[in-house]
Amino acid sequence: MQMRYRIEDIKKRINELAGGMEQITVMEVCGTHTANIHKYGIQELLPDNIRLVSGPGCPVCVTDHKDIAAALSLVDQENVVFACFGDMMRVPCGDRSLYSLYESGKDVRVVTSAMDALQIARDNPDRQTVYFGIGFETTAPQTAALIEAADECGIRNLSVLSAHKTMPQAIRQLLGNGSGIDALMCPGHVATIIGAEAFDFVADELKLPAAVAGFEAYDIMAALLCILNMLKNGELKCVNMYPRAVTRHGNKEALSLLYKVFEPCDAVWRGLGEIGGSGLGIKSQYKYFDAMHRFDIRPADIKEAAGCICASILCGKSMPTDCVNFGRGCTPDRPLGPCMVSAEGSCAAYYKL
Amino acid sequence: MCLAVPGTITQILDGYAQVDYGGVSKQASTRLFKDAKVGDRVLVHAGFIIQILDKDYGYELEKLIGETMGFTNADEV
Repeated sequence: MQMRYRIEDIKKRINELAGGMEQITVMEVCGTHTANIHKYGIQELLPDNIRLVSGPGCPVCVTDHKDIAAALSLVDQENVVFACFGDMMRVPCGDRSLYSLYESGKDVRVVTSAMDALQIARDNPDRQTVYFGIGFETTAPQTAALIEAADECGIRNLSVLSAHKTMPQAIRQLLGNGSGIDALMCPGHVATIIGAEAFDFVADELKLPAAVAGFEAYDIMAALLCILNMLKNGELKCVNMYPRAVTRHGNKEALSLLYKVFEPCDAVWRGLGEIGGSGLGIKSQYKYFDAMHRFDIRPADIKEAAGCICASILCGKSMPTDCVNFGRGCTPDRPLGPCMVSAEGSCAAYYKL
Repeated sequence: MCLAVPGTITQILDGYAQVDYGGVSKQASTRLFKDAKVGDRVLVHAGFIIQILDKDYGYELEKLIGETMGFTNADEV
């Protein structure tokens, strides 16, 4: 559709608004925003005093070492088929990864939907299928749908390793005090599920202007324009700049299913540490499908790779290029840290684009 | 991982919709959006319909941008 305002018009207005402003840092917390900001060269369209930084928005990057170690331990079990999204395959954990175990002959399968794991379980009735549930509110309802379907269909040889997380608590912890961040670009597809209203606290409690953003160059520039306008006028609001996909209250059906199967639990985020109530644990009535309940595993305590600053990058405190390993010991082909693994990781986006 | 793709529903059967993405057609679960119907323009994420896209989106976003731009007429840009 032909839009009335061109990106060039928005860029011009952003430049006018930014004139005379101090250095402004805008954080986004979505891996797809990270990737697309680099892909579309958004930073290059902005004046020098507007800086974009990535926060803990890449699900692969924020998954703690212990969760990866648990996944590897489950793959080590006899008679297990392990199903996960492709992004997780090459996350290093010590000298191993899901991919290295696959190469060594273990049955690790890449799926493109949680429901694929149900079919794998059906096709392998004599084996245990374990699905690795990662991601935020966008993916968690899909894992809930998998567990619900397995329960309703009487599929008993399926379980889930849940490393799901919820975004608001992490934002509160990260941007609570003295973060140096001036505004937040809110994740569009998390907001599709939890609603634009779920980010009102950014303005109301954290006193930062915020805009829910879509993923095209036009959407991202429109959200930045909105944010700068609020900064210029001293307004504190969370504005939904992705109205075609985000409603005020979100997807109630998805939320209802999410909390039918999961309940809040404490979770460890790489870079941020443990955050109370920021994880999603499987409720007691579905405990049968909890892989940590079904298998007796003792994951190894693995340390970060020497020199890796992924934790600091995830908090927006360091840039990928600050890392001594960036582009040398750590590349997308041979990643040392998680931010170099997924296409949505900050380091991978910097390296490729 | 939050990448979602817009498509159009061409058929619905047993909790799954056939979604056309400009020539490529794939199945998507309707479990997270049971009201979805044939002809709807939907957002699909990892095999699940997560939202029906607002057909008036262009107008709404333009309105929002226009308010921010401080203009009411495109000629003033």
